[in-house]
Amino acid sequence: MSQSVASPKPFVVASGKSGSAGDAIFAAAAKISGVFVLVLLGAIIVSLFIGGWPSFRAFGLRFLTEADWDPVQNVFGAGVPVYGTLITSVLAIIMAVPLAFGIAFYLTELAPIWFRRPVGTAIELLAAVPSIIYGMWGFFMIVPLMSQYVQPTLIDALGDLPLIGGLFQGPPFGTGIFTAALILAVMILPFIAATMRDVFQTVPPVFKESAYGLGCTTWEVMRSIVIPYTRVSVVGGIMLGLGRALGETMAVTFVIGNTNRLSTSLFGPGNTIASIVALEFPESQSGSLKLSSLLALGFILFVISFIVLAISRTLLRPAGAKS
Amino acid sequence: MKTLTLALATMLVAGPVAAQQITGAGATFPAPVYAKWGEAAKAAIGIELNYQAIGSGGGQNQIMNRTVDFGASDAPVDGPKLTENKLLQFPTVMGAVVPIVNLPGIEANAVKLTGPVLADIYAGKISKWNDPRIAETNAGVALPNLAIAPVYRADGSGTTYVFTSYLSAVSADWKDKVGAATSVKWPAGNGAKGNDGVAATVKQVRGAIGYVENAYATQNKLTTTQLRNKAGAFVAPTLAAFSSAAESGDWKGAKNYAVNLIDTAGPTSWPIVSATFILLPQDPKDAARSHAVIKFFDWAYNNGSAIASGLEYIPLPKSVQDAVRVSWKSDIKN
Repeated sequence: MSQSVASPKPFVVASGKSGSAGDAIFAAAAKISGVFVLVLLGAIIVSLFIGGWPSFRAFGLRFLTEADWDPVQNVFGAGVPVYGTLITSVLAIIMAVPLAFGIAFYLTELAPIWFRRPVGTAIELLAAVPSIIYGMWGFFMIVPLMSQYVQPTLIDALGDLPLIGGLFQGPPFGTGIFTAALILAVMILPFIAATMRDVFQTVPPVFKESAYGLGCTTWEVMRSIVIPYTRVSVVGGIMLGLGRALGETMAVTFVIGNTNRLSTSLFGPGNTIASIVALEFPESQSGSLKLSSLLALGFILFVISFIVLAISRTLLRPAGAKS
Repeated sequence: MKTLTLALATMLVAGPVAAQQITGAGATFPAPVYAKWGEAAKAAIGIELNYQAIGSGGGQNQIMNRTVDFGASDAPVDGPKLTENKLLQFPTVMGAVVPIVNLPGIEANAVKLTGPVLADIYAGKISKWNDPRIAETNAGVALPNLAIAPVYRADGSGTTYVFTSYLSAVSADWKDKVGAATSVKWPAGNGAKGNDGVAATVKQVRGAIGYVENAYATQNKLTTTQLRNKAGAFVAPTLAAFSSAAESGDWKGAKNYAVNLIDTAGPTSWPIVSATFILLPQDPKDAARSHAVIKFFDWAYNNGSAIASGLEYIPLPKSVQDAVRVSWKSDIKN
């Protein structure tokens, strides 16, 4: 958790001559390092925008919503990848958050003390698994399960229903938006769970003890004390997970079906921004509209991620820092 | 300090003795054969090849920027672009693309498909395996009542360029609506990454059809199909059928060796064959490295055929190799 450290007062040393020169050099070096990060960030945004400019100019704002991606006709639109990126990430959040909450709740309130550390460490280790591993696991384990059991069952059972039936139609490929969201959910679970556990631990024990003293059950303490106290930080943690889900590339590429068609079915194939850029980049010639469109997609992803992370940063700031 | 000087001196002395390095980048399709050639050539003529399989588009970009000694591309670069960038283009080996299917109980090369049927399958117009148009050419094969699930390469690839070139050649409708490129707007089906991704997806989905490079299909014993060629005969994907296609190509008429081996007229030709190309600067910055590249490929032409055939590639006809040697002499300035 980014628990803010009270910024220390400038430490003034009664310095000799050589010391003051050293101080000045060090201060300048530190300042340059700090500014460098900002310059780097700005340079990435600017270069992505300049690279994507021919595409923005050719297609205008329609680029954002256009669902056509046709390299032969030189028509490019971000509609499908943007939709795919948002829908998989949101679905992943919907699947991961209840589970993460359960983990955090168990670890902070229910689990025996000796058990908390190993489980906590396991969750952190889960966060360190490279995404390609999740991709391969998804492709070779989850996709066959989905195509043989889960999808045919759901398609048969729900596919013909009115209203929601459209969400469960199509051939059972195993890959698709739903599978991608499932893999993403597993990947972001440790981030959200670890954040939740950490913020739950920031609740002053005296609050909880008072509630228990009044005869509250564990669940009542969780619902009425812990969650209200940490609500903002919990949402911040979820946004952090969302940020990771938005930019995930390899794991999604393996299981999403990689199709630039808009699909209403959850089992239909789709594409995400990160995935299409990774797949199409090697075969894009410099100066082509396709390359420019890929850079424009990168710019869009950057903006989306930036917004999400900015929100999470704001929310994760401890309550004290805001007042 | 002394050790450093000593180390530097050793490096300088060792320099000329070490193998000469040449760098190339581009197509992934010929990467396995270039790697083997590189190993063999290092031992034989002391030229060490550093080849990076970054994709044909990337290879073209790199050689146009002159960041490598040669570029490699599956799709031939068109004439004006070659002239503009002062590049010589020549072929190295050929490869074939084959359809693979997952139909329970049906053996390799039992199913016979025609080009237009294949195009309509990928267009989503034929969606069942027991469709009358498939059954027409498959008397005696028990085609199941299964939905067809077309699988294609999701990553931009030379294989897709070759396959869609074939579909465009045999189906006017495909040519109009989709066309041929390293990635296209697929009307139906699912994408998978790489040959291995396509193969694995086809294996996992009953009723799936995909396309992969022949080497990949052979090594993994995938269920391939027969195709009808231009002469009207059904052919199985064999080395003989690929060579036949290579021989019936119009090498003499092709500018910059950009020969079209798709749907050739030979009676025993496999219809989806293509060459892969090297792009070499005509005005090399470093003549010695350019010489080394030529020496490497000259060696590969003379001695690399067995390695290429072993990896299921098709070596170039002798006459083409000789023509390329003439081009090296006439077109590369020193």
